[in-house]
Amino acid sequence: MEYILLIISAVLVNNVVLVQFLGICPFLGVSNKTETSIGMGVAVIFVMALANLVTYLIQNYVLVPLHIEFMQTITFIFVIAFLVQVVEIILKKSAPALYQALGIYLPLITTNCAVLGIAILAVQKDFSLVMSVLYAASIAAGFTLAMLLMAGIREQLALADTPRGMKGFPLSLVTAGLLSLAFMGFSGIVK
Amino acid sequence: MGNLRFFTNGLLKENPTFVMVLGTCPTLAITTAAANGLGMGTATTFVLVFSNLFIALLKNYIPDKVRIAAFIVVIATFVTIVDLVMKAYTPDLYKALGIFIPLIVVNCIILGRAEAFAQKNEVLPSVLDGLGMGLGFTLAITLIGSIRELLGNGSIFNIRLMNENASNILIFVLPPGAFVTYGFLIAIMNRIKLKFNI
Repeated sequence: MEYILLIISAVLVNNVVLVQFLGICPFLGVSNKTETSIGMGVAVIFVMALANLVTYLIQNYVLVPLHIEFMQTITFIFVIAFLVQVVEIILKKSAPALYQALGIYLPLITTNCAVLGIAILAVQKDFSLVMSVLYAASIAAGFTLAMLLMAGIREQLALADTPRGMKGFPLSLVTAGLLSLAFMGFSGIVK
Repeated sequence: MGNLRFFTNGLLKENPTFVMVLGTCPTLAITTAAANGLGMGTATTFVLVFSNLFIALLKNYIPDKVRIAAFIVVIATFVTIVDLVMKAYTPDLYKALGIFIPLIVVNCIILGRAEAFAQKNEVLPSVLDGLGMGLGFTLAITLIGSIRELLGNGSIFNIRLMNENASNILIFVLPPGAFVTYGFLIAIMNRIKLKFNI
């Protein structure tokens, strides 16, 4: 039960993009087409789950025993950057088809603040290892959901006649605002 | 004149928030009140100025291949300093900004300026560029914070401007208000630019 609530909370109630404002850059940048959003989404789920696994181990078996918790920011960002590189190299060798599909999205993930943000949040919330990884995967699933919804709307909006000043970012931001309003309907489901 | 243009560049022409649309996460997340915007802006400006200063100083010693990693170490060092200082001296603000203080590391404005400016320029222009960009960011998010606080809470910097009984538009301090306010401010900027052909 605890796990189910965690998933619902992470995907819908505290949606990472629309409620917590993490990972806005890729959300606005890549959500032009539905296919690219799925590619980015899959890559993010993979990297985030892995990043939380590794950062959990580092926090609890390196930083805490050595009493250097203040090094958290610097170590985590390095671990994430390193991880993205490793994942890229492994995928290139072992699953070239997947690598082709994810291609350009992988390096972009290093600058996705959701990855670092969620790793730090999971530490602050004192999750167990399983909870931490599950939390990251559901948060990333919420990210994918938000991107897919946004891409669907933007594909339609591209055909609409909008005022010149509103084209581009302003329109995307207002659309995201309306989506966020819709997601507020979920607040209160899980406390 | 000379060096001054490096400073003014970030304020208007290449304003990181309204023109470049960088660093959107903190812009949207912490602007629920004007004071939060000012605090976040100051913290980011500090990191920006010092990372630009040190990267400009070290640019001849950093090998090109590992430059991004080197920049991140410099940036993360100053973010850790800010994090510890704010935790000690401004605990309320620290609590309000929460996770977004360590996340200054991944604020694209800072890495962007290191990559686009500080590694190619001398020390003084780099510091001025960092200061200008930081102030441009601070002004922009303080403006967004003021608008959201005024509409959603009836006050600016905790000074009450509206009648106690006036009903506030609560949605503006909630997440959707952030997106809508930011969106319309960029739209207004675009409109002004189209009108005056800047």
